Amino acid sequence: MPSFLFWLFAGVMLIFGALVIINRNPIASALSLVVCFLGLAALFMSLDAFFIGIIQVLVYAGAVMVLFLFIIMLLDLRAEERRTMNWVAFTGGFVVAVSLLVQILAVISRTQMAKQTFPPLASPQTDDVRNVGLLLFGHYNLPFQVIGVLILVATVGVIVLSKRQLR
Amino acid sequence: MNPTTFFIFTTLLKIVGIVFVVILPMVSYAVYAERKVSALIQDRLGPNRVGPAGLFQPIADAMKFLLKEDFTPAHVNKFYYWLAPCLAMVPAITTIAVVPFGSTLFGVPMVIADINVGVLFVFAIASLGVYGIVIGGWASNSKYPFLGGVRSTSQMISYELSLGLAVIPIFLLIGNLRLTEVVQYQIDHGWMIVPFAGDWRNPLAWLLAIPMWISFAVFAIAVFAETNRLPFDLPEAETELVGGYHTEYSSMKFALFFLGEYAAMITGSAIIVTLFLGGWHFPGIPDGSHGWIFGLINIFVFFAKIVVLLFIFIWVRFTLPRFRYDQLMRLGWVFFFEIALVNIFCVAAILAFHAPPFPKHGLQADESDHGIPGGKMGPAVA
Amino acid sequence: MTPNPYLFIIVFVGVALVFPVIPLGLAWLWRRFFQPSKPGMEKNATYECGVESLGDAQIQFRSQYYLYAIIFLIFDVEAIFLVPFAVAFTGLPVGAFIAILIFLLLLLEGLIWAWGKGCLNWAK
Repeated sequence: MPSFLFWLFAGVMLIFGALVIINRNPIASALSLVVCFLGLAALFMSLDAFFIGIIQVLVYAGAVMVLFLFIIMLLDLRAEERRTMNWVAFTGGFVVAVSLLVQILAVISRTQMAKQTFPPLASPQTDDVRNVGLLLFGHYNLPFQVIGVLILVATVGVIVLSKRQLR
Repeated sequence: MNPTTFFIFTTLLKIVGIVFVVILPMVSYAVYAERKVSALIQDRLGPNRVGPAGLFQPIADAMKFLLKEDFTPAHVNKFYYWLAPCLAMVPAITTIAVVPFGSTLFGVPMVIADINVGVLFVFAIASLGVYGIVIGGWASNSKYPFLGGVRSTSQMISYELSLGLAVIPIFLLIGNLRLTEVVQYQIDHGWMIVPFAGDWRNPLAWLLAIPMWISFAVFAIAVFAETNRLPFDLPEAETELVGGYHTEYSSMKFALFFLGEYAAMITGSAIIVTLFLGGWHFPGIPDGSHGWIFGLINIFVFFAKIVVLLFIFIWVRFTLPRFRYDQLMRLGWVFFFEIALVNIFCVAAILAFHAPPFPKHGLQADESDHGIPGGKMGPAVA
Repeated sequence: MTPNPYLFIIVFVGVALVFPVIPLGLAWLWRRFFQPSKPGMEKNATYECGVESLGDAQIQFRSQYYLYAIIFLIFDVEAIFLVPFAVAFTGLPVGAFIAILIFLLLLLEGLIWAWGKGCLNWAK
C-alpha cells in the first residue's frame, strides 16, 4: 500500500481520536471512535493483515460501538452537554499526555532498532484466514477453550448484572 | 498501455459502470417494479401515466424528490440529521465491490476488488448499516423515529448472527472466503442449493443438500430482516410507528433512505446469488474466455438472477403479514440462531464422513493464490 | 504488477460516499436559489398525533434493547471464531473438530441459560 495512504489513515485516526475527547456530545464522540476504528482497520490491511482488519470493523465498529451507542442513549445527554470544562483536570491531563509523549520519543530516539529501516515485508502469498485457523485449531486448542470459558463467564456475568439492575 | 495502467483504468471503469450504470437505474426501477408488481398482486393498475406503461415514473419521482422543499425541522440535531441518509446509502452500495458480477469480459475479470476475505468484508460493511438508521432515528428528536431506529438496530444485530452462521457451511465445503472461489466451486460442483449436481452417485452429496437448503433458507430470511422488509418491517410499521426512522425526513433526504433500502435489497440479493445460486453461472453457458458475447451473457445472467430474487422480495411483501416485535426477536434468537448453529455441525459431520468434493486448491491455497486478482485470470495484456 | 485490490475498495468507498452527496447537494442548491422560504410553527412541529408534543424524544428507552446488544456482541465474537475454523477445516486434525464442538457447546449452554433466565423473551 502506498505510503500516502498510511499518512491519510494515520491522520484520520489521530484527528478522529482527538475528536472523541474534544466532542461534548457523547454520540458525536462514539461516531468519531467508529471512524477511528475504520482508520485502524485500513492500517491493518495495509500491513496485509486482512483478517484482523476486517474483524476490527466487524466487532469493534459493527458490534461494540452499537452497544456503546445504546448505552449512551440510555444516559441523560443534556446533562453531559451542559457540563463545563474542568480546567484543572484538563491541564493535568494535558501535562501527563505531553510528558508521556516526550518519554516515548526519548526512548525511541535512543533505541538503535528504531534507526534502521525495516526491510519490506514479503508480499502476501498466503490466505491469512486459513493460516489463522490452522494455527489456532492446530496448536492452540487449550487457550482456545479458555477463551470459550471466558466468553461463557462474560455471558453469565452480563446477564446477572443487568438483570439485577433491571429489578 | 502498460498492464498496471490498463488494470487501473479498467477497474475505475468497472466502478463507475457498476455504480452509475447498473445500481442507480436498478434501484430506481426496483421502486417502479415494486409498485407495478404490488398492483398486479392487488389487482390494480399501478403507475401508468408517465411514459408507456408508466416506465418513466422513476424519472418523474426523482424530479419530484429534487423539487420538493428541502426542509430541516427546527427540533432536530442538524448535522446528524443530514449525515444519516448518507450513512444509510454508503454501506448498501459498498458491499457490491467484492461481488463477482460476471466472468471475464475481454480478459478483464468482472469483479471490482477480489479480496481474500470477501464474505467477511460483506458482513463487516453490512454491520455498519445500522448507523444510518439509528442516527437518523436519534437525530430526528421525535418519538416515532427514535423508536423505529432503536427497534431496527436491535433487529438488525439479532439477524446478523443468523446471517453470519448460515454461510459457515459453505466455507466448510470450500475452504476459502474469496467470492470468486465460491462461484468457481459452484461451477465445478453444482450450485450450493444442489450440491449433488457434480457428483450424482454419492449419497452423502445428496445428504449435503439438506443442510444447504436450511442454510439458504436461514440466510435468505435473515437478509429480509436485515433490509427491514416485510414480514420484518417493524422499524417502519406504518400502523404503529408512522414511518419509523424516517418519519421526520422529507424530499431528497427521505429519498436516500428509501433508495438505500432498495440498494440494500439489491446487494443482499447479489450476495444470495453469489453464495447459493451459482453467481453468474448458468448450466450450458461457457464463461467469458470463449468470447466476449459469453462474458456479456454471464453478466446478464447474474443480474437476471438478482431480478428474480427482487421479485420474490416484492411478492413476499404483498403476501405475508407482519410479525409482532417479540415474535420477531424470539424467532431470530431462539429459532434461526440455533438452527444455523446445529446446521454447521451437520455439514461438518457429513464432510468428515465422505471424501468431500474439495476444490483442487483446497490444501495448496497457501502457496498458490493471494490477494491479487491478476493471479489467475488477470488482464491478458501482459 | 497489479495494484492491491484493497486500493480499489478505498476508491469504491469514495465513490459510494459521493453517490448520496450529489443528490443532497443538488436539492440543497435548488432550495438555496429557487425556493421561497416559508417557515411556520406547524411546519416545525414534531410529527405526532396532532396533539402538542410532550417532552423530549431523546430519552431513556427500554433496557431490553441494550441487553440484546450485549448478547449479540458475545455471540458475534463466537461466530468469528467459527470462520477460521471453517476455512481451515480441510487441513485440521480430528482434535480440532472436538475442540470447536466443546467451544460451541459452552456457548450454546450460555445461550440456553440466558434464554432460561428470560433474557431472550421480549414480553415479560
